[in-house]
Amino acid sequence: MKEEFKIIANSIQKNKSILDIGCGDGELMKFIYENISKKIRGLEISKDNVQKCIRKGLTVIEGNAEMDLQQFPSNSFDYVILSQTLQAFLNPEKVISDLLRIGKTSIVTIPNFGFWKVRFNLLFKGTMPVTKTLPNEWYNTPNLHMCSIKDFVNFCNNRKINLFKSLALTNNKVSSINKLNLNLKNLTSELGIFLIEK
Amino acid sequence: MNGFDEIKKIIVKKPLKLDCGVTITDYPLAYETYGKLNQDKDNAIMVFHALTGDQFASGKNPVTNKDGWWSYVIGPNKALDTNKYFVICANVIGGCMGSYGPSSIDKKSGKKIGINFPVITINDMVNAQFNLLDHFNIDKLFCVTGGSMGGMQVLQFIANYPDKSKIAVPIACSASHSAQNIAFNELGRQAIMADENWKNGNYELENKSPDKGLSVARMAAHITYLSKKGLQEKFGRKLQERDNIKFGFDADFQIESYLRYQGSIFVDRFDANSYLYITRAMDYFDLSKNSKGDLSEVFKNTKTKFFIISFTSDWLYPTAENREIVIALNAINADVGFLEVKSDKGHDSFLLDVPDFLNSLKNFVDNSYKK
Repeated sequence: MKEEFKIIANSIQKNKSILDIGCGDGELMKFIYENISKKIRGLEISKDNVQKCIRKGLTVIEGNAEMDLQQFPSNSFDYVILSQTLQAFLNPEKVISDLLRIGKTSIVTIPNFGFWKVRFNLLFKGTMPVTKTLPNEWYNTPNLHMCSIKDFVNFCNNRKINLFKSLALTNNKVSSINKLNLNLKNLTSELGIFLIEK
Repeated sequence: MNGFDEIKKIIVKKPLKLDCGVTITDYPLAYETYGKLNQDKDNAIMVFHALTGDQFASGKNPVTNKDGWWSYVIGPNKALDTNKYFVICANVIGGCMGSYGPSSIDKKSGKKIGINFPVITINDMVNAQFNLLDHFNIDKLFCVTGGSMGGMQVLQFIANYPDKSKIAVPIACSASHSAQNIAFNELGRQAIMADENWKNGNYELENKSPDKGLSVARMAAHITYLSKKGLQEKFGRKLQERDNIKFGFDADFQIESYLRYQGSIFVDRFDANSYLYITRAMDYFDLSKNSKGDLSEVFKNTKTKFFIISFTSDWLYPTAENREIVIALNAINADVGFLEVKSDKGHDSFLLDVPDFLNSLKNFVDNSYKK
């Protein structure tokens, strides 16, 4: 399992209820189901992936987070997971507000657009960046709203969202992000992992 | 038609007060079973049939000599695996395959009941079939499932008996019959009643049968079970055993011939009055009527695990209507999964060999049984 999923799973307490938004083929869900909590459900847009989840015995709803999150009642899950999907939404701001409403704690991960390789691509090659976490070309990327770790931290501060844990991931190494090292982590990290609350 | 003596029946002694106010008792309920009930009695699946279905969901139907309507789904190693599960399917009351219906004989007059049969609802059908749990001494079913009107019965079953099934799989259905659904049913009923042989529902007394009306009803309904794309691909403008159009009203086109054939074989196996009563029951179906439109309220007491399935090309019970059930269940934090299966085969997809549907159903059922 990828390091990102291990960090997410480690952030979740035993037997709590979880909604995994954009759960893909259910890899993370299955791990959590088997090791941490049976009370896990998923929302996934791809029919193929929904069927893969069903094959794994996972409870998944086929749907689009931007349209379908509103149907979930407030505070109905202990945790809501959004792994590397935020940047693909038409209205990420609305999705974040739905996450905060539905989940007591939300775990959001983002591919960091401030990563030095990304900056390097644009600065020296003059082309849109293609990296491990951003594998698509500009013309076929699903990503509409890219942001950097610093952008996300600023967003939370501006909206008075309680960002109580921030982690950075590079080459499978995890480190903490704090006020002092924010600029450095924004340059050296491929992925940001954030735990937020209302 | 022969084979009626092979129909299994229970006579339900317990009185059933129907929604219309009439109480029925000592009425026959015809059923069929597949597979074996295990010792723990935790492997029973109740399957509910659709408008023109019957209890012969799999194997050979001894009356029509055709394959059961859910032969793709029920059988050894199939989605509902009869090596593992005990599948029960009953003929709904109002039906014409041995259960209490308009073609049953009235004990007092010795004649067929016909139009004197009370108007029934989906709720009445489900309450009648619930007696089979007592008959087999089953405390709790493992699964309830069915498509179309069968799916409506699944929803009604969980609403009435929230702790009597571990899982529920309503397929291609709706929690409330739409104006369009009612309109199509009314078209069918009017076709039957416009047939001079219907005789105000007393055709049996005069040894007549409103075959033309029933056949037109079936033709109209059949169109609603298919998708435009499916029809176009199968028939297009292909002509029926002729090189050119004949400038008349014969069946020039294959689609005409096909529909006429579907209508003609249907009248051999189905009773016109049953068609009136069952379509009426579907039209009256509005599960959240008593909770002022709040469908969540209907399911608030259930711990049943749901899996809802719809089909992309089904315009009779479209995905949006299936999704309303998902939304209602989500609102009460019920355990619900949902899949819209891609298929060009329209509403009929749930009866056909659609691998994504059959595999997903099997995976869900088998995984739920393990846990």
